[in-house]
Amino acid sequence: MDKLKIANKTFESRLLIGTGKFSSNQTMARAVEVSGTQIVTVALRRVDIANENDDMLAAIDRKKYLLLTNTSGARDAEEAVRLARLSRAATGIEWLKLEVTPDPYYLLPDPAETLKAAEILVKEGFVVLPYINADPVLAKRLEDVGTATVMPLASPIGSNQGIQTRASLEIIIEQSAVPVVVDAGLGLPSHAADAIEMGADAVLVNTAIATAKDPVKMAQAFKLAVEAAELAKDAQPREKIKAASASSPLTGFLRD
Amino acid sequence: MIQRVSFSEIIKQKGLDREWDIRRQKLDHIRPEDVERAIYERPGRYSTEKLAALISPAARDYLEQMAQAAAELTIQRFGKTITLYAPVYISSYCCNECLYCGFNRGNKIQRCRLSIGEVLKDADVIAKEGFRDILLVSSEDREFVTTDYIAKLSKKLREKFSSIAIEIYQLSRDEYAELFKAGVNGVTLYQETYNREVYRRYHRSGPKADYEKRLRGPEDIAAAGMREIGLGALLGLGDWRIETLGLAEHADYLMKHFWKSRVSFSFPRLRPAQDMDSGQFQMLTDTDLVQMMLALRLCFADAGLVLSTRESQQLRDRLVGLGITKISAGSKTNPGGYTDGTDTLEQFEVADTRMAADVAEALREKGYEPVWKDWDSAYTKI
Repeated sequence: MDKLKIANKTFESRLLIGTGKFSSNQTMARAVEVSGTQIVTVALRRVDIANENDDMLAAIDRKKYLLLTNTSGARDAEEAVRLARLSRAATGIEWLKLEVTPDPYYLLPDPAETLKAAEILVKEGFVVLPYINADPVLAKRLEDVGTATVMPLASPIGSNQGIQTRASLEIIIEQSAVPVVVDAGLGLPSHAADAIEMGADAVLVNTAIATAKDPVKMAQAFKLAVEAAELAKDAQPREKIKAASASSPLTGFLRD
Repeated sequence: MIQRVSFSEIIKQKGLDREWDIRRQKLDHIRPEDVERAIYERPGRYSTEKLAALISPAARDYLEQMAQAAAELTIQRFGKTITLYAPVYISSYCCNECLYCGFNRGNKIQRCRLSIGEVLKDADVIAKEGFRDILLVSSEDREFVTTDYIAKLSKKLREKFSSIAIEIYQLSRDEYAELFKAGVNGVTLYQETYNREVYRRYHRSGPKADYEKRLRGPEDIAAAGMREIGLGALLGLGDWRIETLGLAEHADYLMKHFWKSRVSFSFPRLRPAQDMDSGQFQMLTDTDLVQMMLALRLCFADAGLVLSTRESQQLRDRLVGLGITKISAGSKTNPGGYTDGTDTLEQFEVADTRMAADVAEALREKGYEPVWKDWDSAYTKI
């Protein structure tokens, strides 16, 4: 099976994990471990990135996981770029999940500011993974400025609604030359499998795992679902076809 | 360009600033079936009718159902986390005459004001306890606690704190903008009461006595760019049910017109202060308080719900599971309270006197992660 490749790195797992909303850092660490993920995202607002003893950072083994810092809460490109620079200066980590989310309620990404920030950060050498609405043109624009992936949302973040942006996601997956990571709104393992079956390269899950009654078990469920979908893709399923028709109303007269 | 209507106009149109008796009668006529519908109607979204049903006397029989729905929403939106903050009191000198307040200018009390250096000492104490989220509190001491004073202080505090909010006397839009540039990211400004007449009765003199001006405050705060706007009514002045309707309209207005700022609600319940005759107030029972919190959560899924140490340890520990997202801990409510052993008068009597570490431990035992940092000073450029 093909492996997930983002920028210059190859990953065994197509599941990325977010670290918010867990009831304890220990639970988060166990869920991360069980999920088999290799990429873990943390909000710069939530951690003291320069401090290795930060309660959340200390729970993530950086030898095992690629730490993907994110700029959640940034109102505009300027704020996101500033956060990114400070984070890189403190940690040396160049990978960045770019989030420009001026609306504090649905945390929907601002397309104009995201593109602006991506352009600046790519030029400065960051590996940029931008969180976007499922907008195919924006996805291509970001690819053009050199982002490592695009990360379109399946539905509003934390909503557990599954894939509500299907028509646009299909176009993004069809047109994209960089990996497509479906992010936000995946509420069940079947939603994650759905995304991979559609052709997404990876998925990012946080709320569905963190707020489950048993987050560790749910992390495992997502791992299995993503693997199952990957395997199914490799097995090359037949296309869905409309119900077969037994009679041939147009050609039934042919007897010879 | 379409002119924005001010909230002052809205509250008049909705008739929430006066004639509360009529409002109350309407609430008394709400039926159980209205409440049942409201609990599950568009979870976490607001409408006046929905909120009215949830705060109605009829909803009293549905508190358990409301609590379960509110807890579910809160966990979905915030997870099992509680943000911790600490207040630092700067000055108890005041030019206002608010009948419910210990710092009322007419009260013969020993007053205190801290220099920037002294505030930093208090701040050091709470930073060592683990706090990264600080709230600066001051009464209306304009000559001493100037905008410039807060700006200077804020620039210093940024070295140790990731979030700096203020709960001081009302400033102008330009002054708020100046403080935003100095690193202040949140402002709490309570209307105290949305009832014009009640407001006049309790605010006898001083700059704060102007109801209309007070009402404009949150708009100015948001327009100045602040990220967090804390709203609240001083619970006990007027009928809490109608206060809640006013608060919700205010929040809804701010969310629509200033979509980049986040609104949070606080629940300051009147507690005994010096020289205060508690008989004249409409004190809220614990059940009233819980109903109000649940109703707001069911209408505003993403709003912060904030609780101070005015409330007892027992109640706070219970409320955490019902929708509260942020609490203070280990608070001193007198200027210099963290470093100075002397007893200057507190603004209100602290009911939960546990140390911050103990509060954090109690949260963990309850299955909640105490969050010390949920913002970063790097969001603001200085």
